[in-house]
Amino acid sequence: MSGRTPVDDLLSKPVRKKLRLTNVRIASQIFFFGAFILMCWLTWTSRLEGYPVSRILEMDPLVMISTMLSTGYVYRYLGWGLLVLGLTLLAGRVFCNWICPYGTLHQFIGWLFNIHKTKDNFDRNRYLDIYYFKYALLTVFLIMSAMGALQIGLLDPICLMYRSVATVVAPIFDMTIEQVPGVDPLWIDNLKFAPGVNRRIFVGSFWIGLMLLVLVGANVYVPRFFCRVLCPLGALLGVFSRFSLFRINRDVHKCTDCDLCLTRCEGAADPQAAVRVSECFSCMNCIDDCPEDALSFSMVGLDTKQVKLKPDVSRRRMLFSGIIGALGYPLIKIHGKNTNENFSPMLIRPPGSVEENEFLEKCIKCDQCINVCPTNVLQPATWAEGGLEGLWTPVMNFDISHCQLKCTLCSEVCPTGSIRKITVEEKLGKGEFVDEGPIVLGTAFFDRGRCLPHAMDIPCVVCEEVCPVSPKAIQTVDEEVKDVFGEITLLNKPFMVPDLCIGCGICQAECPVLDDRAVYVTAVGESRSSERSLLLESRAKSDN
Amino acid sequence: MTDPKDARTEDADERPLLENGKPVQRPDYEKGAMGRRSFLGKIGAATGILGAASYISKAPEDWPLSMRDDSGLRSEPKVTPIRLNDYRIEKSAAASADVGIGRGGTPKQMLRKALDGIGGIERYISPGDIVLVKPNVAFDRAPALGATSQPELIEELVNMLLVDCRAQEVRVADNPIESPADCFMKTGLRAASERAGGRVYLPDSNAFKMLNTPGAKLIEEWWFFHRPFTNVDKVIGVAPVKDHNLCYASMGIKNWYGLLGGRRSQFHQDIHEIVSDLSIMIRPTLTILDGTKILMENGPTGGDPSNVVTGDVVMAALDAVAQDAWAFEHLLRRDPNDLPEYLHKSEEKGSGRVDYSGRIKEIL
Repeated sequence: MSGRTPVDDLLSKPVRKKLRLTNVRIASQIFFFGAFILMCWLTWTSRLEGYPVSRILEMDPLVMISTMLSTGYVYRYLGWGLLVLGLTLLAGRVFCNWICPYGTLHQFIGWLFNIHKTKDNFDRNRYLDIYYFKYALLTVFLIMSAMGALQIGLLDPICLMYRSVATVVAPIFDMTIEQVPGVDPLWIDNLKFAPGVNRRIFVGSFWIGLMLLVLVGANVYVPRFFCRVLCPLGALLGVFSRFSLFRINRDVHKCTDCDLCLTRCEGAADPQAAVRVSECFSCMNCIDDCPEDALSFSMVGLDTKQVKLKPDVSRRRMLFSGIIGALGYPLIKIHGKNTNENFSPMLIRPPGSVEENEFLEKCIKCDQCINVCPTNVLQPATWAEGGLEGLWTPVMNFDISHCQLKCTLCSEVCPTGSIRKITVEEKLGKGEFVDEGPIVLGTAFFDRGRCLPHAMDIPCVVCEEVCPVSPKAIQTVDEEVKDVFGEITLLNKPFMVPDLCIGCGICQAECPVLDDRAVYVTAVGESRSSERSLLLESRAKSDN
Repeated sequence: MTDPKDARTEDADERPLLENGKPVQRPDYEKGAMGRRSFLGKIGAATGILGAASYISKAPEDWPLSMRDDSGLRSEPKVTPIRLNDYRIEKSAAASADVGIGRGGTPKQMLRKALDGIGGIERYISPGDIVLVKPNVAFDRAPALGATSQPELIEELVNMLLVDCRAQEVRVADNPIESPADCFMKTGLRAASERAGGRVYLPDSNAFKMLNTPGAKLIEEWWFFHRPFTNVDKVIGVAPVKDHNLCYASMGIKNWYGLLGGRRSQFHQDIHEIVSDLSIMIRPTLTILDGTKILMENGPTGGDPSNVVTGDVVMAALDAVAQDAWAFEHLLRRDPNDLPEYLHKSEEKGSGRVDYSGRIKEIL
C-alpha cells in the first residue's frame, strides 16, 4: 500500500491531506446524522409527501432479522437491511462509524468531552473483556425474538435514537425555540419538529431521556461505551464482519509498537496487535495516527496471526446467554400483562394495529408513529399499559387527545407492520371495505355519576357535538327537568350507541370533567382482536 | 524567624510530628497574620452581601427592589389582559343594505355579488391593510363534507384582498378542535390560502393572550388566539352554515369560537351566552357566510356527504346577527320561530338586529 499511487500524482498535497479517509468519514457521518434528523423533522403531517422517512429504520438489518425470526416474514421495505448487511460483508462494520447516527452522537460527545492525555487514551482504547457483553445481549434478544417476544427495540441503536429524538429531543427543541423572542413565529414554525400544535407531551419520556443521557454521558468514562458494550446491532455486524474483504492491516515490519494507533481507536479493536475485526468500526483513525504508515485499510491479508476474525466470546458464555434468552421469553409472558383476560383497559392501539400478540412480535418501539401523530394522542406505553413487554410501544391516551378520523399517518410510517398500512377507506369502512366495517379502537362508556347532564342537570353534550361518525355514536335524549334551582331546563342527555362507536376518543378528549372523564374509551371491542370484542358480530353487521 | 520556604525544603517529610503520641505543631508552621486591609475588606463584603440580602427580603413590599411577600399573593403570576380593536368600518354611503346576498354562478361570482350588495369590498379594505381572514377549520374533514370552510371561497377572497384591495398582508388563522396542522391540510385551506398569497397562522402554546372583553358575561377575561391579530387592521370571518345539536346552528357568530383558547369546551354549559359573548368579543369588518355547502344534519362534524346540501348562496354582512337570522331561515330552512336564543342575546348585547327585513340586498 505504501509508495506513490496514481492518485498521489493527480492531486496536490493539501488536497490529498483534506481527502484523508477520516475526513471523508466525518463527511459521511455528518451526512447520515443530518439525514436522520431531517427524516425526524420531515415526519410531520404538513411535511410528509411520500418521503421515505422510515428508511434508516428499514435499513437496520437487526430489525429485519429479528422481525423475520419473530414473524417468519419480512415486512414491506425491511429488505433494505440487506444493504447494510452487504456493506458489512464487504468492508466490515463500516456502518458503525460511517453511517449510524447514534454512533456519531457517541463519538462526538466522547471527542468533545475528552480531557485525557494521549497516553491515558491508549489505555481507554484497549480491548476489555466486558466488550463481549453485546454478543451475549444479541443472543438473548435473538432467541427471545425467535420465540415470539421482540425486545430488540430497547437497545437497537436506530430504534433507541429514534425514540429518544421523537419523545425527548424534538419536544425539548420545540419548547425551547418557541421561547426565542422577537422572531417571526412563522419562521420558527419551519424549524420546529411539530409546528401548529400545542406543546406535545410524552408520558414517561423522562425515562427515555434519562436513558439517553446516561448512555451518552457514559462516553466520558468509557469511549463509545454503548457501541462497545451494549449495541446489539454492532454485535450482529461484528459477527458478519469476519467475512469482509477489507479490514485494517498492520505491516509488522514497519510497526514500531509505539501504540499511537490506540490514541483514537473507536472500537477498541487492538490495531497495535492482532486486530479484532469484529470490534473494528473502520473509523480509520489508526491509519491517521500511525507515524510509520504501517496501517492500511486494504484487502484481507493472509497473515492469520495478525488478525482475530471472530468475536471474543467463549462457548459457555454463549450457552449461558442462550439459556437466559430462552428463560426470558416465558418470564416476560408469565408477567401476564398481555393476555386476553388481563389486558389493561388503557391498552388502546393505533388504527391498523395487528392483533396484540402479533403486534408484540413486530413492534420495535422506535416510536416513529408517536412522532408523526398530529394530535399527540399516541404515547409511549408505560409499565401500566403494556407491562415490560409492551414498554414504549404506542398506545392512545385519550385524556391528552384523540385519534383523528381521516388520519392514517402512523400506519404509513410504521417500518415493521405492527401498524399495518391502511387507507382512510379501510379505517372508516367505506368503499370496498364496507363489509368489514370501520376499524374500531375501543368502546366509549359513560360515567353517568360524573356526566354533567346526567348527574347535575347541567347542559353540556360536548361529546355529542364532536362525535365524528355519521350518524353519531353519541346521541341525546331531550328531557325537560327541574334543576337544583327549581328552574325548568331542556337537557340533552347523551347516550352511547355502541354499534356506531369507533373508539376514536374525541369524546373523552373534549369532556370538560377533566380529571376523571365522564365519558371514556377502553380497549374492549377493538376490531383487531376477536378475543377482545364486545358486541355479537351478527349484531354489529346488521346495524351497518 | 526562619524562611518557611527553606524549612519546607529541609524537611520534606510531611508526616505530623508526635510527642507523647499527640501531634505537635511543626516548627516551620506559622499563622499568617490578617492585615487591616484584608480584614476590612472581608467585613465589608460580608456587610454588603448580608445587607443587600436583608433589604430585598425584609424591606416593606412597596419599597423599590423589595422582594418581600408576606401574604404569598405577591408571587402569584400576573397576566395582563389585552383588548381588541374595533375592526368595523362605517357603512359606506353607497351601500343600502347591511347584508349582501350573492346568488348563482361560481363561488367566485357569488362572493363578488355578495360583496357588491354591501357596496363592494374595496370600500372596506384600504391599500396597505393587514387583513385577517378567519375561516372555520374546526375539523379534519374533506371540504365536500361541509364541516369546514370551502377552500375555493377562501382562495378567491384572499386573492381579492391582495390584488383588488392591495392589502399588505392577508393572514388566515383558526384554532381547530383537531390537530391544527392537519386540519388546515386536509380541509385544503392551507393550500388554497397559500396559492392566493395568504399566510397561515397555526396556534401553539405561545400564541394565546388573555383577552378582556368588556360586557361579556362568560369571557370577560379569557385566553384568545392572539398571535395573528398582531398589528391587524381588518378582520373578516368566513363561516360555513352548519347544523348544531346544542345551539341549533353554527354560522357566522359561532365561527369566532375557534379563536378561544383554554378550556373552551366547558362553555357548552351555557352555549347561548357564550355565542352572544363572541358577538361582542370581536367586532369584525365583515362576516361572510358560505352557503355553497350546507351541513343540514349530524352537525357540526358531519362526516357523510348525505348530510350536505349544495346551495348557491354566499353572504357578506356588516351585521352578523341579521345575516345568521336570514341564513337560519333560508339556508338551513328552519322555522324562524326556533331562532337560536343566542341571536336574541346578541341583539341585547348590541351586536346587531335579528330583524333583517329591508336591510338585505340580494344580487342574482
